Amino acid sequence: MLGMRGMLLALLVIGSAHAAVTDVTLDNGMRVIVKEDHRAPVMVSQVWYRAGSIDEFNGTTGVAHVLEHLMFRGTKTVPPGEFSKRIAAAGGRENAFTDRDHTAYFQQMQKDRLELAMQLESDRMANLVIRDDLFAKEMQVVMEERRLRTDDQPQSVVYEHLMAAAFQESPYRRPVIGWMDDLQHLTAQDARDWYARWYVPNNATLVVAGDVKADDVIALAKRYFGAIPRRALPVRKPQDEPAQIGEKRIVVKAPAKVPYLLMAWHAPVLRDWQKDTAPYALEILAGVLSGNDSARLQQSLVKTQQVAVSASAGYDDVSRGPGMFMIDATPAPGKSVDAVEKAIRDQVERLQRDGISEAELARVKAQVIASDVYRRDSLFYQAMLLGTYATAGLPPEALAHRVDKLRAVTARDVQAAAKQWLQDDELSVGVLDPQPLKPQPHRAPVPGVRHDN
Amino acid sequence: MTIKAFCAVLLLSLPFSAQAALVLQHWKTPQGARVIFVESHELPILDVSVDFAAGSARDPAGQAGLAQLTHILLDQGAGGLSDTAIAHRLADVGAELGGTFDRDRAGVTLRTLASASEKNAALDILARVLQKPDFPQAVVTREKQRLIASIREAEADPATVAGKAFYRALYGTHPYAHDEAGEPDEIERLTRKDLQGFYRAHYSAPNAVISLIGDISRPEAEAIAARLAGGLSSAPAAPALPKPAPAPASEQRIAFPSTQSHVLVGAVGVARSDPDFFALFVGNYALGGGGFDSRLMHEVRDKRGYAYSAYSYFFPMMEAGPFQLGLQTKLAQTDDALKVAQATLRQFIAEGPTEAELKQAKDNLTGGFPLRIDSNKKILEYLSLIGFYHLPLDYLDTWVDKVNAVDVAAVKRAFAHHIDPDKLVTVVVGGAGAR
Repeated sequence: MLGMRGMLLALLVIGSAHAAVTDVTLDNGMRVIVKEDHRAPVMVSQVWYRAGSIDEFNGTTGVAHVLEHLMFRGTKTVPPGEFSKRIAAAGGRENAFTDRDHTAYFQQMQKDRLELAMQLESDRMANLVIRDDLFAKEMQVVMEERRLRTDDQPQSVVYEHLMAAAFQESPYRRPVIGWMDDLQHLTAQDARDWYARWYVPNNATLVVAGDVKADDVIALAKRYFGAIPRRALPVRKPQDEPAQIGEKRIVVKAPAKVPYLLMAWHAPVLRDWQKDTAPYALEILAGVLSGNDSARLQQSLVKTQQVAVSASAGYDDVSRGPGMFMIDATPAPGKSVDAVEKAIRDQVERLQRDGISEAELARVKAQVIASDVYRRDSLFYQAMLLGTYATAGLPPEALAHRVDKLRAVTARDVQAAAKQWLQDDELSVGVLDPQPLKPQPHRAPVPGVRHDN
Repeated sequence: MTIKAFCAVLLLSLPFSAQAALVLQHWKTPQGARVIFVESHELPILDVSVDFAAGSARDPAGQAGLAQLTHILLDQGAGGLSDTAIAHRLADVGAELGGTFDRDRAGVTLRTLASASEKNAALDILARVLQKPDFPQAVVTREKQRLIASIREAEADPATVAGKAFYRALYGTHPYAHDEAGEPDEIERLTRKDLQGFYRAHYSAPNAVISLIGDISRPEAEAIAARLAGGLSSAPAAPALPKPAPAPASEQRIAFPSTQSHVLVGAVGVARSDPDFFALFVGNYALGGGGFDSRLMHEVRDKRGYAYSAYSYFFPMMEAGPFQLGLQTKLAQTDDALKVAQATLRQFIAEGPTEAELKQAKDNLTGGFPLRIDSNKKILEYLSLIGFYHLPLDYLDTWVDKVNAVDVAAVKRAFAHHIDPDKLVTVVVGGAGAR
């Protein structure tokens, strides 16, 4: 498409009740998605980069997230800290998030302040400066973040270790925050390389939702982002996960009072949103198992058998990498992790043998339909969904037709999905083995650790 | 890319957007429940919350956890329907029943589609849950165990351990001192009768605030409010809580096997009704409420890399709630980080914010006001707040003016009056503990 003067324009009018979604690609390859919503005089602007921990290499894990931090530490013309200061002065709320599939930056502001957001956001897409001294400070902050969110949270440690075991080849085996040792050895140049590699308009999507006009947003986007030249992106290797050929188990010993169990099965995700059926069936299956007090895990494990004090299922059908169907639970006092695991396996077998009832199916569908209406109460969430779909390579139509696709799922589909995907050989199990809550003796610093000033 | 010229122009010309005024309607039901309603037809949904002065501050002595357990049990069997039947009926119509619980308040929220059959089925459940909880014996036993287990689970979380110790040090013998969830050994002893007694005394119409926003008319809102309040008891509104005394200076070091120390510093702050609230709220933006825009974040995180998060806030409650400053840092630099936080606070109390800092705080708060009321969910929370804390009905209309009226002298005066830097409560969780 190089050399095209105009824009590739695809205007989608989705559903009668929903406002139109405009989806445009600028000459330089940057995508712009606008969702008009005129309920309140505000807007949210998000820039999504298709660069997350899935794109990282061993030895520099965590660099996607570190770069996210550094994006607030100054450009050629905007001094460190100024980005946040200017958005704040205009009444805005702003932050950013990094996940396995993407890194995204957002500003929530009154509707007439979109231009400021775009000026600053486009500036740091092209003109970031990574200073060695600020990099060193920021690394300390990121390591504190890792301690806070992972190292001192036993259930997070179980999740991190289980992913590292369940995936063999996929980069999903590495934590988004990065391994501590990699963080300790990350250099400013690693961050600069990352920025140079991925922070280009043809790897970015701007999503704006709110009390704006699509034409105005596109004109502003052209003005501020349109001048940034496209650059070739590196080839992304598929790194497809080989089939798991036998159950895996890990145990995490950490200070805690209560054990915890996490079970994860490999599962498909949406690739062809029109033809694929299993991911929709698995979404319904997750709804049958968990989500509110009426679901099976809550009813059977928590209320009837009282073998667990909490139990839930999770599945996400949209992601760039491989999918996973997960169930976690905390045993009731006096009950063992083994007993909880057995109860979960019984539930899975029952699903595979007897399927689900029509009443259960109807109940989950009623919730799907209702939550599709409820989510319109949150601008931010609407923009999140559009950005998540876009970076996963799914078109806005896939989102617009999501409810129809879920409504089309039959009880037989759900049973078939349970049979096909909840297989013992594709299962990984993680267990938290609680250790006494006694303070640890001071450890000597690991060689090579960056020391504080 | 040319971006050189933009800032000067843009930052000077940011008009405050015209905001469609929210119309709050207020009345009392015949039974004495207070109602606040906003009619909003843009989405086909209805949100309701019903709040009672039945938070953990109402726990009787020796029964810490009674208020929380009572609140948990409301929807676990009511009006002859089992917990399962309630859950199924709600899920069948896509309705979401939720709860809010803190030291002051125990609330039940409902979100439902506004279409007649869904709405009626959901409201039927809400009415049963509020008016006729059954407290089945077997369910009481089960939920006691679950509540105790959740308290035990949280004991592995240093932030929770620090928070509990902080409130205890701050409030001593005041009902705000103990944790919202209660004490395991006291929960263990609670009986079905205790729950029924607490329910009857606190979940009454005169003690209730009903908030509604959504796709219904005023007459319908009146009918719904009357129906919800109708079956409630007429027990009198809860008496005022005692006034908390200022906390003596203290410092606690609690041993914990974490990689970080969780540091909390604070004092007894102000009540919702305190005339200094806006001066403290606006001033605190500059100290530690404004995220990346605040002194604490600048000193602790940006300049020194000591922590991922460093903050301060006033949490106004029915009586004086806490002022709290917090950060988490690796064990070895605990004392250094604590010193920086203390020095930052001390200087702020002594000197107040600069004119530039205060302008920045006001610009952010006033410019960001529309974001506070841009969804039904957020507005519902304000309705509940206004109703429960007896705030004026024009609270949201005057909010921006009240922020704008704050000046440096007012902030300085309010901080000096409420926070004595020599009488701070300090809690550190992590490492070997007491020195």
